[in-house]
Amino acid sequence: MQPFTSLKAVVAPLDLPNVDTDQIIPKQFLKRIERTGFGKFLFYDWRFLEGGSLNPDFEMNQDRYRGAQILVARANFGCGSSREHAPWALQDYGFRCVVAPSFADIFFNNCFKNGMLPVQLPEEQVEQIFKRLRQTAGYQLAVDLNEQVVRSDDGLAFRFQVDEFRRHCLLNGLDDIGLTLQFEAKIGEFERRAAVGIEG
Amino acid sequence: MKPKTMFEKIWEAHVVHEEPGKPSLIYIDRHLVHEVTSPQAFEGLRLSGRKVRRPGLTFATMDHNVPTTQRSLPISDPIAAQQIETLRTNCREFGVTLFDLDSPEQGIVHVIGPELGLTLPGVTIVCGDSHTSTHGAFGALAFGIGTSEVEHVLATQCLLQESPRTFLIEICGQRPYGVEAKDIILSIIGQIGTSGGTGSVIEYAGDAIRALSMEERMTVCNMSIEGGARAGMIAPDDKTFAYLRGRRYAPKDFETATRRWKDLGSDPGASFDRKLEVDAATLTPQVTWGTNPGQVIAVDASVPSPADFADPNERKSAERALAYMGLKAGMRISDVPVERVFIGSCTNSRIEDLRGAAQLVRGKKVSPKVYAMVVPGSQSVKKMAEEEGLDRVFSEAGFDWRESGCSMCLGMNPDILKPGERCASTSNRNFEGRQGKGGRTHLVSPLMAAAAAIEGRFVDVRQYGPR
Repeated sequence: MQPFTSLKAVVAPLDLPNVDTDQIIPKQFLKRIERTGFGKFLFYDWRFLEGGSLNPDFEMNQDRYRGAQILVARANFGCGSSREHAPWALQDYGFRCVVAPSFADIFFNNCFKNGMLPVQLPEEQVEQIFKRLRQTAGYQLAVDLNEQVVRSDDGLAFRFQVDEFRRHCLLNGLDDIGLTLQFEAKIGEFERRAAVGIEG
Repeated sequence: MKPKTMFEKIWEAHVVHEEPGKPSLIYIDRHLVHEVTSPQAFEGLRLSGRKVRRPGLTFATMDHNVPTTQRSLPISDPIAAQQIETLRTNCREFGVTLFDLDSPEQGIVHVIGPELGLTLPGVTIVCGDSHTSTHGAFGALAFGIGTSEVEHVLATQCLLQESPRTFLIEICGQRPYGVEAKDIILSIIGQIGTSGGTGSVIEYAGDAIRALSMEERMTVCNMSIEGGARAGMIAPDDKTFAYLRGRRYAPKDFETATRRWKDLGSDPGASFDRKLEVDAATLTPQVTWGTNPGQVIAVDASVPSPADFADPNERKSAERALAYMGLKAGMRISDVPVERVFIGSCTNSRIEDLRGAAQLVRGKKVSPKVYAMVVPGSQSVKKMAEEEGLDRVFSEAGFDWRESGCSMCLGMNPDILKPGERCASTSNRNFEGRQGKGGRTHLVSPLMAAAAAIEGRFVDVRQYGPR
């Protein structure tokens, strides 16, 4: 997994609460059997008009947000289905960090498995970011996972909480399966002790 | 000894390894797999030279993108066909049992798990699908996971998990005629919101829950995720045991298992992080008006105005939802005409759902303005329904009777709404575009959907019942 340590990048806005994974990556694109190539379908029904041209009314489509790697959104981002295609699509489009007041559990979890950092900040801090990115074209944030802080050149400095284990894995790009397999003997022991499952 | 919740009992029995400051390593007893969220996981195993640790605990079927028209016809969408073929190849290569399209046991993964007796009290169940919470109806700890975690479970039969919070919802009292399990859970989501359960496992308890059949309990637990919860669960009882007895994968020594399961429920005095009480007698048939399951009202109510919402996020959400849904604040929901009706999905496609709907439509005709379809949850449900003659009841009324699958719940197969079409749907999500781009979904119970098909608009099903 690609580690996440720090990132300074343009911020793009998605000013809606309860953005569900059906919007992040609509179902017609879930039939592919690869992990890559989902970026062009990100927010498909919002980003594109009938016929495939860019929807000028979708804020993120504006030139000033080109090359954005940080997405700032509203509460309960990523609710709905468990599809990991959602973080895959965000990442493939170029985002490596989503800032929001809250996230749905499965989406939140899926981000960490893909080298992406979901940053949870209080509603009023997120509001400040929205205000400033609209005032300044090419507005950037610097996200530092080591220090657990989001900064901007115009003086914002917001600390954020992240689970210590998740932070460690993300900083070092650690693969969960590799970590778990260190306990293979204990798994075997558990299987003998608990005699779990229909095989037993 | 400190009284424990059912969740704590199951969790503690499945901890393989734990250390302070780290998530626990939890053993997974059943892993259900479907075609959409598994190909990348199997590919990951292949790339790292890993095997499926316990193929005997892993069961697969295809449900999301399968056509619900005749099974003998080839699948017209080549990408869907490839995804289905990939699942076949993966199951063969890794030794996983597959209930293939031609299997008499194929169906929606959350319908067939219980039917096969794979879903049992006290077990941990995961699947790369958020509606895995359904299986909690049997007193299992069951939750949806992403594809990376699917790969993790395939490789290790374990998952790294933070212990969630516990949330007790007690539903007491007699529910009125016409108020179904779907109305119970929609009311709860309306009350707690779509993120009210985030980070929690919900236990549903109380005499109104005990009074529910297993099918109804599955409907309630199924939509726990729509309230943001990781899982929903209900303590097992005699109804649970009666449902499971004799199922293919149920324990052979059923009596011993039953004795163990009887102690599984939360101990009296067990403490929960949060509690909510609901009076079943006050509940009404529900219809969603917006684009998330929390945007829901009683069938005899009017569509709310954005100004009714104090929270600015909720207000904005309501404005956008009304525009998308083509509704105006103050309209009576029962005046809203419906063009499509879908009875199906892992929420409401089981035999009881079909029996209830069939009883309502018997001898009546689907409104000429409506196209209505019934998609049984599994081949077993379909067969049972056909043996009871329900297919004829539906067909004679003008419903389309289909093969089993997820179908128009998410529209990954050809069953989709056209832009602007309005659908009364027994499924679980009314998100923008969920049933097809521009489609307008109203979530309702099977009885409400059946009545909407006949009348061509939402009607209060209480009018059909005892006064």
